[in-house]
Amino acid sequence: MNTPALNEWPLWEIFVRSKQGLEHKHCGSLHAADAAQALHMARDVYTRRQEGVSIWVLPSAAITASNPDDKGELFDPAADKIYRHPTFYEIPEEVGHM
Amino acid sequence: MYTQSFSVPDNAGQKSARTPSTENPELMAAFDARIDADGRIEPQDWMPEAYRKTLVRQISQHAHSEIVGMLPEGNWISRAPSLKRKAILIAKVQDEGGHGLYLYSAAETLGTSRDQMLEGLHSGKAKYSSIFNYPTLNWADVGVIGWLVDGAAIMNQIPLCRCSYGPYARAMVRVCKEESFHQRQGYEALLVMMQGTEAQRAMVQDAVNRLWWKCLAMFGPPDADSPNSAQGMRWGIKRISNDELRQKFIDATVPQAKVLGVTLPDPDLKWNEERQHHDYGQIDWQEFWNTVEGNGPCNKERLATRVKAHNDGQWVRDAALAYTRKQQQRAQKEAA
Repeated sequence: MNTPALNEWPLWEIFVRSKQGLEHKHCGSLHAADAAQALHMARDVYTRRQEGVSIWVLPSAAITASNPDDKGELFDPAADKIYRHPTFYEIPEEVGHM
Repeated sequence: MYTQSFSVPDNAGQKSARTPSTENPELMAAFDARIDADGRIEPQDWMPEAYRKTLVRQISQHAHSEIVGMLPEGNWISRAPSLKRKAILIAKVQDEGGHGLYLYSAAETLGTSRDQMLEGLHSGKAKYSSIFNYPTLNWADVGVIGWLVDGAAIMNQIPLCRCSYGPYARAMVRVCKEESFHQRQGYEALLVMMQGTEAQRAMVQDAVNRLWWKCLAMFGPPDADSPNSAQGMRWGIKRISNDELRQKFIDATVPQAKVLGVTLPDPDLKWNEERQHHDYGQIDWQEFWNTVEGNGPCNKERLATRVKAHNDGQWVRDAALAYTRKQQQRAQKEAA
């Protein structure tokens, strides 16, 4: 089997859940030979002060990102749909909080 | 953690001719508009080549400073005066390694590889904070590094949390959060020494005397002599000028020195009622540049130690990759 010539360890993106009940949040990246090592290193690098209760690692190459040049087509159409926001609707004051 | 106002050119000393901008004017205008609106630039966004280059240089120099900064303190781990101080110092040195990593990662988002950056450091081509090219002669030096060197670095780094380049700013937020422990532990270690014997107090004063001026130089050349500063300000990379940061640092440090019971080695240092700031004496810039250019007392030793550590770790990197490949092959065979 041919393995690609690799000088550097591949890059991993690190996500940390800061406490039970919250989402995993991206906190940075690091190089590691494999997933197990990436987890180990993420623990040392990103959770030295009890910043997390759970870690995800993900090969950076596996991320598909939206293209910033497409920002217009992708996100602008939502700007004129203000009826998607609760503030679009006027409710008589006597109704109170809704 | 440690940045000196480092956007010192890597080829310090050589004057480079300014190349006229050949960027696409439309993209350039959009970029300028975003900067003017105090917006942020993210890795995939278009950016002028000079902005990218400046950031790669500054962030990698900053990262190198973290890594080299581990050396003078690391020397004291085995000689720390108590188990408590040893544990604190290990934690601090580990933080510095982490800070280097956050910064290398930020620089990598600009399209430079970790190996390229390490090669720059190890070949002596890339710069790092000149403060680490001075020796740490006694235990008080470790305290003074925390109090003054980290203190100066924090002054420099807080405005970087608002840097226009997103990944750099985010790395700095993380760094600054961890940093205040560094300064406080140093100051506290010195307070303890000052309550000790006459000889211990003399060690603290000696360390302050040797490091004070080097710390002031960490903020970089005076504004009048830093032609790149204006561009860095324009781009939102730099937010506060070298001289302004230096002044803030001095004003903050004078009362701390008083509480500690040491004097700062500057006969010209005095409160200026009119300016509402402290006046201070002349910094020896020739010595600063001489050290930046590689001729400080420890440049060669620091670099040699760093290169040796990297080379000695090669087998670990090789073994980890070999292990991963073996696991992958095994998994493929089982799947077949």
